[in-house]
Amino acid sequence: MQLYLPIAEVSVNAFLILGLGGIVGFLSGMFGVGGGFLITPLLFFIGVPPAVAVATGANQVVASSVSGVLAQFRRKAVDVRMGAILTVGGFIGSAIGVWVFRLMTSLGQIDLFVQLSYVLFLGLIGAMMLQESLRAWFRSKSGAPVRRSHVHTWVHGLPLKIKFRASGLYISVLPPLAVGAIVGFLAAIMGVGGGFIMVPAMIYLLGMPTKVVVGTSLFQIIFVTAFTTLAHAVTSQTVDILLAFLLIIGGVIGAQIGARVGVRLKAEQLRILLALLVLTVSFKIALDLLLRPTELYSVMPGMLP
Amino acid sequence: MIRLALALLLCLSAPALAAPEAIVAGLSQNRVSITADFDGTEILIYGAVKRDAPAPQGPMEVIVTVEGPATTLTIRKKERRAGIWINTEAVHIDAAPSFYAVATTGPLDRILSDTEDLRYRVSPARAIRAIGLTSEAADPAGFVDALMRIRFDEDRFRLQQGTVEFVEDTLFRADVLLPANLTEGEYKVRIMLTRDGKVIDSQERVVGVRKEGLERFLNNLAHQMPLLYGLLSLALAGLAGWGASAAFTMLRR
Repeated sequence: MQLYLPIAEVSVNAFLILGLGGIVGFLSGMFGVGGGFLITPLLFFIGVPPAVAVATGANQVVASSVSGVLAQFRRKAVDVRMGAILTVGGFIGSAIGVWVFRLMTSLGQIDLFVQLSYVLFLGLIGAMMLQESLRAWFRSKSGAPVRRSHVHTWVHGLPLKIKFRASGLYISVLPPLAVGAIVGFLAAIMGVGGGFIMVPAMIYLLGMPTKVVVGTSLFQIIFVTAFTTLAHAVTSQTVDILLAFLLIIGGVIGAQIGARVGVRLKAEQLRILLALLVLTVSFKIALDLLLRPTELYSVMPGMLP
Repeated sequence: MIRLALALLLCLSAPALAAPEAIVAGLSQNRVSITADFDGTEILIYGAVKRDAPAPQGPMEVIVTVEGPATTLTIRKKERRAGIWINTEAVHIDAAPSFYAVATTGPLDRILSDTEDLRYRVSPARAIRAIGLTSEAADPAGFVDALMRIRFDEDRFRLQQGTVEFVEDTLFRADVLLPANLTEGEYKVRIMLTRDGKVIDSQERVVGVRKEGLERFLNNLAHQMPLLYGLLSLALAGLAGWGASAAFTMLRR
């Protein structure tokens, strides 16, 4: 069934979009990532203009995150206090990120900058997660004693300590604020929710238990992507509500199934799968940069900046 | 006396001034509505050749062009720098048609002379007006070629040689397919009659392409009340997320 999208101004197959939303929603519910780093390149691929893909992708991430977070809430796997602090940090970082984005656009080469940051951050985080989770998996298989969930470092000596009951942590608010800000900054530059950065940061930097990480990440992503969607709708009118609607219908259903499958898997397995997914996307973007494109020229509407 | 002579002269010259052959043409539709199920449409251009005198010798040919609204464009070229492919040079075109189709009774280079092509801008290469071309590139012509190639690939440019049919010597029809990725605006249709590579008569018609119904409503809302539109998108997202969660909880019970 073909459907004409009013803002994107292309005609697409409605079922293809539903399926796309479903797959990304499934991964979103399973791993606690928003899926922005998947949905945006996929929309480019089917011919949706990049600006519309980024903005509409953010809108779809809001829906799948709401759906996912509610499932996590029922399992009491959301640390609301931690989420709120991360969100505050996220807004600060995102505001700085938007400013840097504009600066890079005026200098030209924003596309390259975005692609390179994708390759760099996805590659780095994917490799780190894969290495760590594989080691944890082998350790749990061989039956060796499990290392303590977190060790005391200089991070625990910082002031303004707060008790995060759901995470079982008693740490300063400064590290979560900083993590939120860094993620918000990268999210604004890369046009994604930032879950794939947030999840490992919460596990490895803050020492949060994996079970709480997914819910808390989703909780924080809702606010960051809602902010992004609104900003795009107001400044560039690139949110396609019809495209979003289709993606959302597929996405929310996928997220529910994903959350259920995620419960069945072991934490290490979950992390290995997410690491592989992140590495695949990073590899694909790296290939685009390295291989000779079939068409050297590209046509974009509008003026040179 | 002078007046009489002038009047006489006018009378004599009038038949000579009017073209011996003229086109009478019509369109199957003069507006195209883009609705939710829009998947491209076909417009039928039909017409007849009107003659005051017997037909002159030599074949008669018809050229039909459909030109979409012009837009500004930036064309970028990728080059390999330090091992990766990045955008280097860019060319900026002030006005290039967003859609351009040519349908003819025969090969364009045979039925239309170069000078006439230059004058009427018929062939796609001439239709891209690269006058407002600003560039930092060494080879702007390569960029215009690339634009043509990409537009033809996208089906936005089309050259249908030999698709216009004559029926009984004077009636003709041409079908031009408008793809789904149309730009809103006025589409200019030209119908030209040629003999020996020369344009004898031409007619112009306009097809208005516009979003309608839900498409029009959403488009207007997005541009006129962006904050409300954004909040609406968020509300939709939130509601759908909650709805799915609630539905699945019910199913599990």
